[in-house]
Amino acid sequence: MAQFTVFDILRNLLLATQWTVVLSIVSFIGGGLVGMLVLFARISNRGWLRLLGRGYVELFQGTPLLMQLFLAFFGLALFGISVPAWLAAGLALILWTAAFLGEIWRGCVQAVAKGQWEASASLGMGYFQQMQHVILPQALRVAIPPTVGFSVQVVKGTALTSIIGFIELTRAGTVVTNATYQPFLVYGLVALIYFCLCWPLSRASQILERKLNVAHSHH
Amino acid sequence: MQYQWNFDWLANYMPVFVNGVAITIELILVGAVLGVCLGIVCAWVRALGPVWLKPFVAAYVELIRNTPFLIQLFFIFFGLPSLGMKLTALQAANIAMVVNLGAYSCEIIRAGIQATPRGQFEAGASLAMTPLQTFRHVVLVPALQRIWPALASQIVIVMLGSSVVSQIAVEDLTFASNFVQSRNFRAFETYLVATLTYLALAIALRKVLDGVGWVIFPRRKV
Amino acid sequence: MSLIAITDVRKSFGSNEVLKGIDIDIARGEVIAIIGKSGSGKSTLLRCINGLETIDSGSISVEGAQLLTEARALRELRLKVGMIFQQFNLFPHLTAGRNVMLSQMVVKKTPKDEAAEIARNMLQRVGLGEKFDAYPDQLSGGQQQRVAIARALAMQPIALLCDEITSALDPELVAEVLAVVKELAAEGMTLVMVTHEMRFARDVCSRVVFMHQGRVHEIGPPEDVFTNPRTPELQQFLGMSQAA
Repeated sequence: MAQFTVFDILRNLLLATQWTVVLSIVSFIGGGLVGMLVLFARISNRGWLRLLGRGYVELFQGTPLLMQLFLAFFGLALFGISVPAWLAAGLALILWTAAFLGEIWRGCVQAVAKGQWEASASLGMGYFQQMQHVILPQALRVAIPPTVGFSVQVVKGTALTSIIGFIELTRAGTVVTNATYQPFLVYGLVALIYFCLCWPLSRASQILERKLNVAHSHH
Repeated sequence: MQYQWNFDWLANYMPVFVNGVAITIELILVGAVLGVCLGIVCAWVRALGPVWLKPFVAAYVELIRNTPFLIQLFFIFFGLPSLGMKLTALQAANIAMVVNLGAYSCEIIRAGIQATPRGQFEAGASLAMTPLQTFRHVVLVPALQRIWPALASQIVIVMLGSSVVSQIAVEDLTFASNFVQSRNFRAFETYLVATLTYLALAIALRKVLDGVGWVIFPRRKV
Repeated sequence: MSLIAITDVRKSFGSNEVLKGIDIDIARGEVIAIIGKSGSGKSTLLRCINGLETIDSGSISVEGAQLLTEARALRELRLKVGMIFQQFNLFPHLTAGRNVMLSQMVVKKTPKDEAAEIARNMLQRVGLGEKFDAYPDQLSGGQQQRVAIARALAMQPIALLCDEITSALDPELVAEVLAVVKELAAEGMTLVMVTHEMRFARDVCSRVVFMHQGRVHEIGPPEDVFTNPRTPELQQFLGMSQAA
């Protein structure tokens, strides 16, 4: 068996890291789009739609991401499709991300003062005009830090897709460990790479939040 | 496409599921109790502790919060033995969950401590209590009460996250469903049952934690 | 020998010197009112006596023992000198009785039953014998402040520092708290109070200290200070507070 240098290990891990990054980006953007739907369902003035949105959020926040991955993987197979792991992984992560982002954003919309609704209504605006011109612009400012913060959870969430066979950083870690018998070194490096991906996002979220608080206190 | 649902196998495999649920509950029980204790100690260090200790706790918290739980678990189970620490899978899972929740709860509890009015510290001091006595008897309980909902949410998240311990062969609920679906060839139904069981566990755990809150925090306002 | 000796005490916050050399001697059983505008340094002085603020120079001694910044010595001092705060600072998660018991048990290691007994007596003393099991948020501001007094008394201090203890109260609740303080004074407790209650200061106190811009501007028995203010600053201050 060939000897692996630390450089070989790192190179293999970094090659797999690109799939972690791609999957994270796809899940975050896709989850954001679906999350918008969840948000509008959650704050709709139709009762059944609110209930539907709430059920969706409860379901995805109340069950393990790993189970959602399994269900996506085997559920898609029920339709007779031979499912590639990336498809099941992407689908499950998008739906999971959507539940959390939708819920985060709902909190931000509801944090906009009630007076803003009343003031815009008194100006004769309809629901969608209120949303577009008054509520969402304000909610957006508040939403950015926790949204960036949640992206960390998405990156970490992609690690679970290794379990259904998607080849990304964690999977590569396992493969390389099996080849090198150096679990301490390999998983240490894997952790370090995840840290390098996640920590800047965490910091950005904290800094944005601090800026927002400072801006608020000037009001 | 016509899919024939089939749950006939469920009765046969019930004991397997029950056993899995028991392990999952054991994991979160140990994880929650010890994890929150660790979180309290770390939160004390970060909010009020000696300056030289703070960077260590900060590093621990950042490291845990910015890496996947699965990797933490692998590192502990596969990595530590190469340093001579032999662990059973269950021990590794317990440690991983305590360490993971410890970091998250540290940040949550710290926020609760930092929201303590200064007058509470001064009242403790003026009654001749040491800083540690003031923390333990005056500051801690109201601080926990302030952040209890957030802490409860985090404990539920950690419980759901525990499903990956099946990857190191801890026989939890996920492990049980993996086992069952390999026998009955009914993967979708099996994971559906497991998923709904997790949902029920999450709801029940939330209720239990709310109940614990009612017992240890006698007053609503802090 | 004076019970509390304050000698040339100076204290700055940054470049702002709030105490510019304070000298006051307080004898056992005296009741001292410290009056003055906000920002005159009166609360800071009180907090220095209890070690909640450290002094930059000068000295404070209680019963002849120098006030040190060393933690253990500071706690020794605080066993002798209790403090009552403007905002009561009761512990919200404990009942009134538990508030009074806590430091006895934690600091003095008094057994629980004995601490409860003392707590009952102290609550009785401030007229709240029946509120032992009430939580702070079930009590009025005046009742909370009386619990705070009972809590301080339970440590059997030789002096009490009162920092504007009626300022956060609704006007109709001020009297009940002052009645308790008056009773303590009558029993011979040494009291140092920062207060805006001029009538109370005149009726109860043995001496009044008027602080102005970080200095003791006038000091004397209440009849002198209130009826014969010597400095224009005190005249102006008294004029203001009478108008108010």
